[in-house]
Amino acid sequence: MIVSKRAPLPGWIQLLVPVGAVLATLVLSAIPILIAGGDLWLSYVSLFRGALGTRYNFLETCVKAAPLTFTGLAVAFAFRAKFWNIGAEGQLLAGAIAAAWVGIYAPPLPKAVVLLLVCAAGFLAGGAWATIPALLKTKYRVDDVVTTLLLNYVMWHLMGYLLFGPLQMPGSSWPRSPAVAEIARFPVLLIRSRFHLGIVLALVAVLVVWFVNSKTVFGYQSRAVGVNPRAAAFGGIDVNAVVMKTALLSGGLAGLAGVGEVVAIHFHLLMDISPGFGYSGIVIAMLGRLHPVGTVLSAFFFSVIIVGAQSMSRLTGVPTYIAEVIQGMALIVMLIALLLTEYRVKAVRD
Amino acid sequence: MEQVMTTAFVTGLLAAMMRMATPIIFGTLGEILCERAGVLNLGIEGIMLMGAMTGFLTTLTTGSLWLGVAAAALVGVLLSLFMAFLAVYLGLSQHVSGLGITLFSTGLAMFIYRLAVGSPVNPPTVRPFTQTAIPFLSGIPILGTALFNQYVLVYIALLLVPLVWILLYRTSWGLAIRTVGENPFAADTVGIDVNLTRTLCLAAGGALMGVGGAFLTLAHQNMFLIDVVGGRGWIAVAMVIFGNWDPAKGMAGAMIFGFLDALQLRLQGLGFNIPFHLFLIIPYLMTVVALVGVSRRAAAPAGLLKPYRREEKG
Repeated sequence: MIVSKRAPLPGWIQLLVPVGAVLATLVLSAIPILIAGGDLWLSYVSLFRGALGTRYNFLETCVKAAPLTFTGLAVAFAFRAKFWNIGAEGQLLAGAIAAAWVGIYAPPLPKAVVLLLVCAAGFLAGGAWATIPALLKTKYRVDDVVTTLLLNYVMWHLMGYLLFGPLQMPGSSWPRSPAVAEIARFPVLLIRSRFHLGIVLALVAVLVVWFVNSKTVFGYQSRAVGVNPRAAAFGGIDVNAVVMKTALLSGGLAGLAGVGEVVAIHFHLLMDISPGFGYSGIVIAMLGRLHPVGTVLSAFFFSVIIVGAQSMSRLTGVPTYIAEVIQGMALIVMLIALLLTEYRVKAVRD
Repeated sequence: MEQVMTTAFVTGLLAAMMRMATPIIFGTLGEILCERAGVLNLGIEGIMLMGAMTGFLTTLTTGSLWLGVAAAALVGVLLSLFMAFLAVYLGLSQHVSGLGITLFSTGLAMFIYRLAVGSPVNPPTVRPFTQTAIPFLSGIPILGTALFNQYVLVYIALLLVPLVWILLYRTSWGLAIRTVGENPFAADTVGIDVNLTRTLCLAAGGALMGVGGAFLTLAHQNMFLIDVVGGRGWIAVAMVIFGNWDPAKGMAGAMIFGFLDALQLRLQGLGFNIPFHLFLIIPYLMTVVALVGVSRRAAAPAGLLKPYRREEKG
């Protein structure tokens, strides 16, 4: 096999790459469905009906897309600067813990102020948690992939400690916090649904990240560090400071994913507050080509898969874990698709 | 405190240390093979989970524990060949391909397990490996019981450490592997097939990772749980750095992790009035701290993370 560079493809093909990857992934999903003995037609129909078929289902898909957008943005922003943040899961949990804490003991202030406090706490907690691996990377040259991953487990057990200890609901033996105060909950914006303020915040975050990326000096520096840290340093950029700031923003975005899950969905802090949203963020960011708009689109796509898999499972008996299989496949397919835009691959026999 | 200092406590602690360290030793050796050839294999966490699942289901259906181990090794090889296709032959980002393999394998493991077993109230169990005492040696006080009355897989892990070391440092294959990892262009010049060498290392490493996973479901425990690997693959990646890509030092790191893991279990059992979740944090936190200590002088293979394309020299 020979892999060689090809001439740059026109922009519209570049834009079509993720679309092609999504279609290829959907086709490949037929394999696990068939292995599980599911009827193909019924499976795909129930997948899309379950996610988009009714107003309620569509809005549920939006609900699920919010945390995925946040973690996707978190990963995308970090990866662009080559800060390998695989720790969105732990940062999400940090944000969820902080939001629960503020939400449970919400001060008697106007709702807008309380919500601002909740979001700020979640953002800062997630951001602070992400600056630890960034600090270790810049100061001690510790591999960021490994530390961000390990810190996920630290935060998970820390949450376990809190939920069996100081944050446990009095009188309960379950690992579950008291409910957050009414005043600290995101308002529902559309009747007969769970479409909440956090979804709008996720879209605002997309705009903010886009703005930071393309209209600010920091966004430019962050990308320069990602392309070539040495050249960036030579050009007068304080690389360490940029990595730290990138980590803070990335972790903060992941923290906001946790905020929404606590104050808009579950209203309690729970051990299973996140079904791996942080890890899904990696797939979402890659499929969105690390671009904020691409990220929100791919977050919506994966939300369709996750929500749709539930109804597919009910109707065809295919295990809901199909959603995880599809996520893994999507990442691999997207990687290959990206390669094909830059390189020609020729099979040759030596 | 008297309870802590008894012979029985120390013996039990050391034996548990060995059990906890074994899957990490397998994973660390597997990862060292990959990285020495220049490929960071972040698929390890998913490969270990697939090994744990495949080994368990194979034993559950055939009743043979060793067939389970073999199946786990095989699935490790297959997933690693897939990794080789992505990261070696196509030259995709090793970070992202590895994470892709892990995410895909994790989903697949849960998917297949659910398909095979359904959702019964009580998860099925196998009759796991039992300890095999080594004559004479197991009679040594304390150390004998801890080291020489163990699962055969523990002995295999311990034997593999010097074997991998000899392979890497005392054979021409090892020289080829290390050259490919340090300077693939030089390796190519002297006629070593860089991509083939990397693929073989990934395959062998994957087999070890798979067996490490199977140890968890066939010896350490007797059932498959979704979080059975629980980050041990990532710990192994950390131990490779901690051990400076040396099998013996990597094993030492795995032992320290195993010791902390065993200690937290024992102290919990003794009813120390400290919440057990804080104990669970200790091994992970200590790993991070250890990395801080070694990373400044860590010397990763120079060719790590770089795909080899002959025409893109320097």
